Amino acid sequence: MTSNSSSDAFVAFERVQKSYDGEILVVKDLNLHIGKGEFLTMLGPSGSGKTTCLMMLAGFETATHGDILLGGKPINNIPPHKRGIGMVFQNYALFPHMTVGENLSFPLEVRKIGKSERERMVKDALDMVQMGDFAGRRPAQLSGGQQQRIALARALVFKPELVLMDEPLGALDKQLREHMQYEIKHLHESLGITVVYVTHDQSEALTMSDRVAVFEDGRIQQLAAPDDLYERPENAFVAQFIGENNTLRGKITAQNGPLVSVDVEGGLQVQALAVNCGGVGEQTTLSLRPERVSLNGDGPNSTSARVLELIYLGDHIRCRLEVSGDDQFIVKVPNGAGQKHLVVGEITPISWQSEDCRALDF
Amino acid sequence: MSDSSPVIAADGRPLKASLNRALRRQKIRALLLIAPLLLFVLVTFIAPIADMLFRSVENDIVSNTLPRTVVALDDWDAGSGETPDEMIFAALAADLAEAVAAKRHTQLGTRLNYELSGMSSLFRKTGRQVKKLDMDAPFREQFLEIEEDWADPEIWITIKANSSKYTAGYFLNAVDLQNGPDGIEARPENQRIYVKLFGRTIFLSISITLSCFLLGYPIAFLLANLKARTSNILMILVLLPFWTSLLVRTSAWKVLLQQQGVINDVLVWIGLVADDNRLELINNQTGTIIAMTHILLPFMILPLYSVMKTIPITYVRAAKSLGATNWTTFWRVYFPQSVPGIGAGSILVFILAIGYYITPALVGGTSGTFISNRIAYHISSSLNWGLGAALGAILLALVLVLYGLYDKIVGIDNVKLG
Ligand SMILES: Nc1ncnc2c1ncn2[C@@H]1O[C@H](COP(=O)(O)OP(=O)(O)OP(=O)(O)O)[C@@H](O)[C@H]1O
Ligand SMILES: [Mg+2]
Repeated sequence: MTSNSSSDAFVAFERVQKSYDGEILVVKDLNLHIGKGEFLTMLGPSGSGKTTCLMMLAGFETATHGDILLGGKPINNIPPHKRGIGMVFQNYALFPHMTVGENLSFPLEVRKIGKSERERMVKDALDMVQMGDFAGRRPAQLSGGQQQRIALARALVFKPELVLMDEPLGALDKQLREHMQYEIKHLHESLGITVVYVTHDQSEALTMSDRVAVFEDGRIQQLAAPDDLYERPENAFVAQFIGENNTLRGKITAQNGPLVSVDVEGGLQVQALAVNCGGVGEQTTLSLRPERVSLNGDGPNSTSARVLELIYLGDHIRCRLEVSGDDQFIVKVPNGAGQKHLVVGEITPISWQSEDCRALDF
Repeated sequence: MSDSSPVIAADGRPLKASLNRALRRQKIRALLLIAPLLLFVLVTFIAPIADMLFRSVENDIVSNTLPRTVVALDDWDAGSGETPDEMIFAALAADLAEAVAAKRHTQLGTRLNYELSGMSSLFRKTGRQVKKLDMDAPFREQFLEIEEDWADPEIWITIKANSSKYTAGYFLNAVDLQNGPDGIEARPENQRIYVKLFGRTIFLSISITLSCFLLGYPIAFLLANLKARTSNILMILVLLPFWTSLLVRTSAWKVLLQQQGVINDVLVWIGLVADDNRLELINNQTGTIIAMTHILLPFMILPLYSVMKTIPITYVRAAKSLGATNWTTFWRVYFPQSVPGIGAGSILVFILAIGYYITPALVGGTSGTFISNRIAYHISSSLNWGLGAALGAILLALVLVLYGLYDKIVGIDNVKLG
């Protein structure tokens, strides 16, 4: 489903730049190709330009530079209502003066679809989101989750091939959000539509997407499948932003094959996988996932650490350790029978595989 | 939980009573805070209005000035067409003697003259001679000698008709009716002015509201959708008229609109209008509509603006993303959500317009004046306060009826001022 060349991409951003005020670029040189049927998520901190990209695709903002292509054709000069893109807004934007049924019927009316056909399509769309009995209600008479479903149904009722969603679940509570994630994912698979999804919730991005584009400061920092993103981050920002991460800083002293030796500040010597670092003598950031650290002392990278804090989380115990002067080193210990029982203040050996420690940009 | 015994609070009293006691302090405090304003409004606004409204039905001058005559007339048959008998004239003589001593007979004459012309001079003339009446001779002949009109049953009918303490006469008058010998009847053709004037007032007020809406809606839309800086400047322009005296603005329209005025000069200069056929833009209904639209426009724009400001842009975007053209988006999505603002602005402008007085008086000529100009005339020139009050009461009722009608159709909950 992933496509990387512009020729077979369904949606393509080609060297797109955007500035609102003529001084600051909020989107800098964006290149992004989205395949047909793909579920692509734009993930990033607040103000990183995600909504701006979505609005350019929908036609509500114009790109300052570059081309946006839909189905191989540039759409820069096509007004929003002719693009045929479904859209779900963060606050749903259901028309308050129309009933649910009228809301859904609206896109069909403007497409001049006959009455009986229209009623059938509205009913199908409502059934699809399990809201068949709510056609006569006003949006104000629905709960947040129900409004969300109606907004989804309205964006899908006219059968667009591309659907954009800007933080559609942002206003829901955690449980409902997880449930809706599953439903959206399910609809995406059964309808075969292309979805561009914006969120700043990383677990949402990881569970739903085929690929995730991590935005920061108007640039895509990494574009990859969720597992790649988590296990093989390409730079320090992505490693830090996705999941929990231990960061060590140091200087490269030697390189042998895929590995580098790094002198960590505080006197520790470790081996790490060279991913995105300079040559010998350069500074680097080491990234190490907390669950990849084990509490025994063998292997190439082992050291001793002092236990500072233990937090009981049911399925695992989160330990904060002091390692080589860094007192924010986190280790996750599974809550199992064979595991060692730590005590605050104790000195414990720790170790990890060289491949799990990634040397990234500084 | 359906047992009906009241919930008991910790101190053993019913919870409701405890709550009321707790709230009473708050209520008293709130009342004390608004007390000065309440008193002010009561004394300067509500009491005078109530007094004026009362004047529209009050009618005790006849029964106070001629008490004996009124009692004696009870038995007289108004339909008989005959002059009353000696007993009634005797009562009138006694009453008039007192009235003349108290100098009240001219007032009575003025009051009765509203109903029947000639009454004023009749009472004045008779009043001068009352002292010379011979208390033993039959009064009837003596009165007829003073003024033979006293033989006319019409005069007695009028006195009898106005002898009750309250009258509907002012209200009848205010809708071009009168109390004739055969009950309520239309006034003579040449005296019917008020219904026409009410009709014109409503028609002009609706025209003014409509033109305010047509001119104000696009401006409010622009204000609500421009960048904050630009819209602030525009807002100052909208508010500018508030900072200029009403008289100055109205006089400015006089300069602009008159036949030798700026607008006509320009039109003639362009060649759109012939010099000997200049447009009549002032001292008629056109003048009233133009000047009042200008004056009331901010009252339409401000509520519209504050409602439009709260319509999120995402609705418009959502509509477009669903495939609606700009026009469909506006008409089906934006406009319905701005209706509360239209309602608020229209009510405000209409109610202000219907009672407006200075501007129509200055630029309305004879065909562009409002009912309020007539009310002012009765209050300050003709001094027929009863009629003025009746006209005012009808105007007030009219506004309330229209307000109720609006509530029925649009719903007053839909009105938003911000
Ligand atoms: N209409 C606008 N005019 C001027 N600047 C804007 C406008 N909209 C967004 N910006 C700026 O562009 C930058 C990117 O905004 P954008 O809304 O795309 O961020 P985002 O990634 O969607 O953030 P969030 O997660 O908070 O929604 C921000 O710095 C913002 O201040
Ligand atoms: Mg956003």
